Amino acid sequence: MSVVSQSPVARHVKTGAYFGVDNEPLVLLELIQRLKVRDVMTPKLVTVSRDAPMRAAQELMRKKKISGIPVEENGRFFGLVSIDDIIRALGGGYIDDPCSRHMTTKLVVLEDDMPLSFALRYFDRYSYGRFPVLNRDQRLVGIICQRDINRVLLVELTSELNRLESASGQNVMRDGSSNIYVLREFPICKYDFESAGKAANQIKQILQEKKFPPKDIRRVAVAAYELEINLCVHSDGGVLSWQVANGRSEIIARDAGPGIEDVEWACRDGTSTASEWIRSLGFGAGMGLVNVKRVSDEFEITSKKGSGTTVKSVIQIGNTPP
Amino acid sequence: MTLQNLIHACGFEPVLVAAPQTEVTGAYTSDLLSDVIAHCPDGAVLVTVQNHKNTVAVCTLVGAPAVLVVHRRDIPEDMLDAARREGVALLRTPQDQFAASCKIGAVLEKTAK
Repeated sequence: MSVVSQSPVARHVKTGAYFGVDNEPLVLLELIQRLKVRDVMTPKLVTVSRDAPMRAAQELMRKKKISGIPVEENGRFFGLVSIDDIIRALGGGYIDDPCSRHMTTKLVVLEDDMPLSFALRYFDRYSYGRFPVLNRDQRLVGIICQRDINRVLLVELTSELNRLESASGQNVMRDGSSNIYVLREFPICKYDFESAGKAANQIKQILQEKKFPPKDIRRVAVAAYELEINLCVHSDGGVLSWQVANGRSEIIARDAGPGIEDVEWACRDGTSTASEWIRSLGFGAGMGLVNVKRVSDEFEITSKKGSGTTVKSVIQIGNTPP
Repeated sequence: MTLQNLIHACGFEPVLVAAPQTEVTGAYTSDLLSDVIAHCPDGAVLVTVQNHKNTVAVCTLVGAPAVLVVHRRDIPEDMLDAARREGVALLRTPQDQFAASCKIGAVLEKTAK
């Protein structure tokens, strides 16, 4: 049995990890893209040095109730002593040998800034119970196991649900009657040109069904499309959320990185950081944000290099559909 | 004029034309999708070198009924699928953007008279 299919939460995530499945819970998809391995891993590590006897590792495992211990010295990672290694040592009578002689050194490791979806795929692909986590400098910074993922996802899902519930509650209250027509969230993955444009098209269709003026529909669709492509081309993945209430369309494109250094420059016509192959697909002409600004009644962008970017586009689309 | 008449008058290759009676009111020539989104008028044929499915998505967005792919570039299967789904016609010509645009312009002008 694969590790991932052992818990109900993880099983749900597993199918979502392959994306492009329209009926997967969007909140979950967004979460496993947004959360990084470092948000989920256990950072306080119990480790042993190379010289420590296997018996010391066994003692630590018993005391801390853990099933594997990294062998590490000053952040440098050498290997892992697992329960299997200990059992073999006890059976083979070499429990007092140093860890360096019997530790597992053929290891699959994760990097701390990979999205959680990566980790889920790894748990699915390999039958390991845990993965050591290294940072960019190849220093050991944590360890991640199934339990960590379940715990963090449950916490995040609960708070996300609370947020969604209170958000829709507020809108209903402000309005007196529940005058919200639509509230949608679309997760957008990096370089997923296969799905690019889907969100904008859905938004357009919904507005057409509700018979809003075609001119306004085009403005909303343009803003949605450009922001969707931006998330796809420039961000590490993010979410496009859209809501319509009282003739006001609000699109928010939010991502978790890498952020824009000079927002003013990025909003200027013709400026672009897109690579050649993205340009060859007809994108990256440096007109995206300019287009969004042009069709919006209100436009806001906040960004910070190293963290994320949020773009808001508000478009008035007539008070109520006829 | 209708799409069918335009195809006939210009000698374009009809790769996929589900609704030949669709009215064509103009053309827009560009290879930058953001530019198309910003400026392509409703009812225009999009003349472009971009032979991929995102071009179809953009046409749907702006209400362009057809894409004319220049230099007789290959039309990939997923672009065909997208066009079929979205009801966008796909045409092809060995000409370049300029020549194809001139041709459409001349034909439309003649019809207007």
